[in-house]
Amino acid sequence: MQGYIIRRVLYAIVSLILLSITIFSLVRITGDPAVLMAEPGAKEEDLQAIRREFGLDKPIVLQYFVFAKNLLKGDFGKSIYYRIPALDLYIQRLPASILLATVAMTISLLIGIPVGIFSAVRVNTWFDNFGKIFAILGLSLPSFWVGLILILTLSVYLNWLPSSGAESWKSLIMPAFSLGWVFTAAHMRLARSAMLEVLGSEYIKLARIKGLSERLVILKHAFKNAVIPVLTLAGINLVLMVNVAVVVESVFAWPGVGRLLFEGISFRDFPVVQTTLLMGGVMFVGVNLIVDILYAYIDPRIRYGN
Amino acid sequence: METSQAVATGDTFAAQSFELTRWRKVALVLQRVPIFPLLILATLIFTAAAADFLAPHNPEVGNLRYRYRPPVWQDKGSWEYVLGTDHMGRDILSRLIFGARISLLVGVTASIFAGTLGTTLGIMSGFRGGWVDQVIMRLTDAWLALPGVTFAILFAVLMQPGKWNIILILGLVYWTRYARVIRGEVLSLKERDYVRLATVAGCSRAKIMWTHILPNVANSAIVIATLQIGVSIITEATLSFLGVGVAPPEPAWGLMLAEGKSGLMAGYWWLSVLPGLCIMLVVLAANLLGDWFRVWSDPQLRQL
Amino acid sequence: MTEPLLDIKQLRTYFVSAKGTRVVKAVDGVSFTLNEGETMGVVGESGSGKTVTSLSILRLLPPAARIVGGEIWFAGENLLTKSEREMQRVRGSQITMILQDPLMSLNPLFTIGNQIGEPLRIHRGMRGHSLTERVKELLRGVRISSPEVRMREYPHQMSGGMRQRIVGAIGISCEPRLLIADEPTTSLDVTIQAQYLNLLKDIQLRSGLAMIFITHNIGIVARMCDKVAVMYAGKLVERAPVRTIFNQPAHPYTEALLNAMPKLTDKTERLWSIEGQPPDLSNLPTGCPFSPRCPKAEDRCHREVPPEYQVGDQHFTRCWLWERR
Repeated sequence: MQGYIIRRVLYAIVSLILLSITIFSLVRITGDPAVLMAEPGAKEEDLQAIRREFGLDKPIVLQYFVFAKNLLKGDFGKSIYYRIPALDLYIQRLPASILLATVAMTISLLIGIPVGIFSAVRVNTWFDNFGKIFAILGLSLPSFWVGLILILTLSVYLNWLPSSGAESWKSLIMPAFSLGWVFTAAHMRLARSAMLEVLGSEYIKLARIKGLSERLVILKHAFKNAVIPVLTLAGINLVLMVNVAVVVESVFAWPGVGRLLFEGISFRDFPVVQTTLLMGGVMFVGVNLIVDILYAYIDPRIRYGN
Repeated sequence: METSQAVATGDTFAAQSFELTRWRKVALVLQRVPIFPLLILATLIFTAAAADFLAPHNPEVGNLRYRYRPPVWQDKGSWEYVLGTDHMGRDILSRLIFGARISLLVGVTASIFAGTLGTTLGIMSGFRGGWVDQVIMRLTDAWLALPGVTFAILFAVLMQPGKWNIILILGLVYWTRYARVIRGEVLSLKERDYVRLATVAGCSRAKIMWTHILPNVANSAIVIATLQIGVSIITEATLSFLGVGVAPPEPAWGLMLAEGKSGLMAGYWWLSVLPGLCIMLVVLAANLLGDWFRVWSDPQLRQL
Repeated sequence: MTEPLLDIKQLRTYFVSAKGTRVVKAVDGVSFTLNEGETMGVVGESGSGKTVTSLSILRLLPPAARIVGGEIWFAGENLLTKSEREMQRVRGSQITMILQDPLMSLNPLFTIGNQIGEPLRIHRGMRGHSLTERVKELLRGVRISSPEVRMREYPHQMSGGMRQRIVGAIGISCEPRLLIADEPTTSLDVTIQAQYLNLLKDIQLRSGLAMIFITHNIGIVARMCDKVAVMYAGKLVERAPVRTIFNQPAHPYTEALLNAMPKLTDKTERLWSIEGQPPDLSNLPTGCPFSPRCPKAEDRCHREVPPEYQVGDQHFTRCWLWERR
């Protein structure tokens, strides 16, 4: 098991290094990095100052190490627009995104798990088919479109909910729903297939042989076992949600890191963009690593095996 | 669902219990042929091809005197601009029609590009093994460490906006989906007798990969490709929405969505809803088709 | 003579494919009886219908299967006329079953104590202290030491042999009148098999329950059973007391099965096997299902399905060769 964990950690590190290299090289290939890091209309001496600060006049490999060193120190550059360190800005906005993602995840589980489980219990009936359609719709409707439709109906026409900002819990509903939509479909599908597999297992057979009522068989024995893989996926998806919330946050003007990215792109604030993407990558890699390690403890095959 | 009458008499068994109701028969037929998605995709292809003839107006140049006209069925709408106009006075219908071209182009080309790249790498990785395999697999792991959309945004921000850049980006981001699966299949195919025979007979590795392995993995690759069309289109729409995708004044649907967002509060719903509807229909059709294809090409699943 | 505990008359269970096109006659006209305290072995190849028969008794068939004919009399009642609720009261308390794979049969998320106690809670309404005591008693009964400790453990913490004994404990917890064991030793080590079989025999002697032992291993049948039923392609081709089956098999298939068993005293080097392929149940030939492979098959065998003929005391077979009697 030690070997497994060590390997996983190594992969994570390699992934992050690759990510940083990608950003690093792309920036230099597509233009002058000094220009990107500077304000628009900067004069030559400002550019020179930036070059010195980031060591851009040194050989490439050295540049990379300076870059990496800065990253590790937590120096991701300064936001051109807000004039504070980009990392601080990111951390300021992060809680809002996490809140949004958590609510969205809760919604997706509250809907997805029961629908998926019930579809499996009543497999191939009209409910199951309805569930399948629902799942495909979930994967086909982009989150921002769901958001726009919600805004149109609930905000513009019915005037029930505010369409932007983060004043009250009311502003949370529509963005959370839009964000959670795609994941609802994925969780529903997984719940269904996990439940189907559990229902075909021997211990369910034995539960029936013992004379348990069908309701007890499903609720007590099957449900618990089927829910486990779904919750695992949900954990990983939570971080994914934070990353892909860019569009939803932009549409609803929700003050999270997604919207920060959008602003960064719109205002050509490259340090902010770089920070958001890098941090997003770090969190994603981090959570996957944690989940992999947890699995090493739970799954006996990994624990005692090769 | 057993009742007290658990037993049907054996003689009339064949006759009674499985008479398919009319509704079931219809459903069975509909399941066999994916009419709905094919219809939509056919419409899409036709529209894209005949765009020049179908579109009533120039999609990129508008008449500022006719800005924000609503669709024909609303007050102040007219048949001249059937689906209304946008903030620059451009005809929405024409833009949607030309947008179909872009979506189709991007969706299909990106899928093919990613598919070719991914399948090639997957076959090489699986077949040659050794360090080639290790390198490609590590690369895949590193690639998959980031969510696809994030990666795409990263590339898009640093490159110029534009159709072809988007296709390039989509290919570079999504090839991993293919590589993993194909490699798995190749690993098991490698052990088959006819492959071994070919090796023993002295065929070059390239020839074996091309003639024996490729046709067998083509099935899976096509399934993934059809399912990826939807993903590509949505990613392109997302990138255009964020402003780093297709450049204005090109009428990409995602871009139209972005441009239409500001008009929402004023009630100009057609600016966003219509392009969004188009995206939804096309992606839905592609997903349904891909799903149907997956079931159709796997004889095991067909029984279900 | 008292009534038999279990009396199955002409049971027919068919499987239908989703579109209604293919019908598999998994169990086709099976009849036998079983008295209190008796052990019956059901022998046959896989696909012969042994398991489907037992599932039919419990009415736990998969959705594609239907019981299309026959009667199943248990303790004076026809089980096929009972509602699902009534059957739930029968299952686990009057008739129980032991499955083949003990690891798979136990729910990995619940403790042993919880799983053994479940039928007691449901069928006997036991709770609290008396429940715990009874569970411990059952664990001791299947020779598991330190039951207080074991009760709180989980299935994956036990060895294969222990798990199978726990499954046995679950089976007898409510003192059933009939226990069906479906290949209970197949997944056990040879050394553990013998122990387990002794345990089952022991339990039976103490409680007087009747057993149906499904297996493809004739050796086990010889040790454990009072009578034997041989099945082939969904039909019961021979039934007789165990001695009789071994000494005077009537049906050619039974003979073939016995011959196929290698014995230590054999001097020959080649293994004797039955010629031909196992039958395709969705496409059975006309006439006796064994006829394509039967060395004694006559013309008639290929055309008509033989009825049951009596060969001796308690000895019946489905074969044209015995018509003369």
